[in-house]
Amino acid sequence: MMTIRGAAYVAGIYEHPRRDIPDRTLFEIHTEVALGALADAGLTMSDVDAVFCDGTAGFGPLSLVEHFGIHPSYFDSTETGGSSYLAHVGHAAAAIAAGKCSVALITLAGKPRTGRSVVSYAQGPETGFESGWGVSGAPHTYALAAQRHMYEFGTTSAQLAEIKVAASIHAQYNPNAYLPYAVTVEDVLNSPLVADPLHRLDCCVVTDGGGALVVVSPAVARSLGRTSAKILGHGEAVKHTSNGGIDLTYTGAVWSGPRAFAEAGVSVADIKYASIYDSFTITVLQTIEDLGFCKKGQGGKFVMDGGLVAPFGKLPFNTDGGGLCNNHPSNRGGVTKVIEAVRQMRGEAHPAVQVPNCQISLAHGTGGSLGSKHGSVTLILGQEDA
Amino acid sequence: MLPAPAPVINSTTAEFWKATTEGRFILQRCDACDIVLWFPRRNCPKCWTEDVSTFDAQQTGTVYSFTVVRKGKGAFQNAGPFVIAYVELADGPRIMTNIVDCDIDALHVGMPVEMVFHDTGEGSALYRFRPLSA
Ligand SMILES: [Zn+2]
Repeated sequence: MMTIRGAAYVAGIYEHPRRDIPDRTLFEIHTEVALGALADAGLTMSDVDAVFCDGTAGFGPLSLVEHFGIHPSYFDSTETGGSSYLAHVGHAAAAIAAGKCSVALITLAGKPRTGRSVVSYAQGPETGFESGWGVSGAPHTYALAAQRHMYEFGTTSAQLAEIKVAASIHAQYNPNAYLPYAVTVEDVLNSPLVADPLHRLDCCVVTDGGGALVVVSPAVARSLGRTSAKILGHGEAVKHTSNGGIDLTYTGAVWSGPRAFAEAGVSVADIKYASIYDSFTITVLQTIEDLGFCKKGQGGKFVMDGGLVAPFGKLPFNTDGGGLCNNHPSNRGGVTKVIEAVRQMRGEAHPAVQVPNCQISLAHGTGGSLGSKHGSVTLILGQEDA
Repeated sequence: MLPAPAPVINSTTAEFWKATTEGRFILQRCDACDIVLWFPRRNCPKCWTEDVSTFDAQQTGTVYSFTVVRKGKGAFQNAGPFVIAYVELADGPRIMTNIVDCDIDALHVGMPVEMVFHDTGEGSALYRFRPLSA
């Protein structure tokens, strides 16, 4: 069976350094991050033959390609919320493996702070049954998942807070982080309740910004002077309400994870670093269980005692400070998850949080809602010679 | 009372919402594979037949999960703290809803609840739940 293992490399990354961008348009931010990632790889816009974007970039890839002024032979606008860009990496690798393209550009931009959300979805059949109840923000439905997890497994608010604390310890070393300072469990528990049991500090930051990735063929990767990260495996899945049978205690990572591990030919024990989607603390807790880093229901114990703190915790995670403290551009944290994993593979994370001998890493995205439906995407990356 | 904004109604959901104005909560059941459907649909999501029937469902259930929204937006901006929940119906489906007329500090997973209808004034009523009266 054909797989994408080793068929493509992440050769360029760029995270917009700003968190408030009132003076640039959405499309100008797309261009800025695209040029940044291409320069990081040692490539230019004229090398790009594939473009990937989410549903916020105007009329799918049409607006973006026109804006960039290029004529790619391949495009994809898979929209699964914040996990879109991890899906784009997997899809780009498959397209490269199939010979459809050799330099794929993936961009994200958004201005939830100083602009407005541009996402508008067509009405799905669930309309009227998942709205009208006063759901006006992501915390409301993620809180339903947290409450049920607590009920079934005895997970506590203090355990969820440990996840924020670990992210904040890492954010101290990131001068671009929106919240570049350490917080304590007490700080989290004393922050106002947004939607019980989630406090304000259980939630990610809201930031303007963007990021970009350049995925290339092995031949292009070899021609570049820059260290790339090898794409070893990819898995994706949609978890939905299953005809009134929703179970709020697990995520689609139970399916995307095994698919990615199988393709990569590695196991959880091989993962030295993980970027775990952290829209909320509960998102992290359920995901690390579902990926198999601990048993279902044991996530609360796993994150205690610095379990997620780099470089020496059981599972160093989100060493840029994550969405919880650093950046969640466009209310979507997927692209930054891949970016920090590549930094770790290259040995270019901040020295205080660089995981030694970081040969294999994982990046996971969760887009949509744990409380209804979401797209889960898992990527496994290795060092260039992995 | 908690605001009751009118839902969007289409040809598939019209019968469901009309029933709510009569104090009825109807569910669909697949004639072929006998499963209960949620939410209203043309096709069974298991066997995809269009042969589905409706029945008047029991108006009781238990709280599967809940959250207290401390400050709402839009129509709920001035509602004060309110409860969003999933209720597991006696007939099976877990449905998103609100819990009303309750002491939020006494609310808990597993609590028995019964349905109430809040008229939207636009040809529909929202199905919500309150603690089951003893
Ligand atoms: Zn059927």
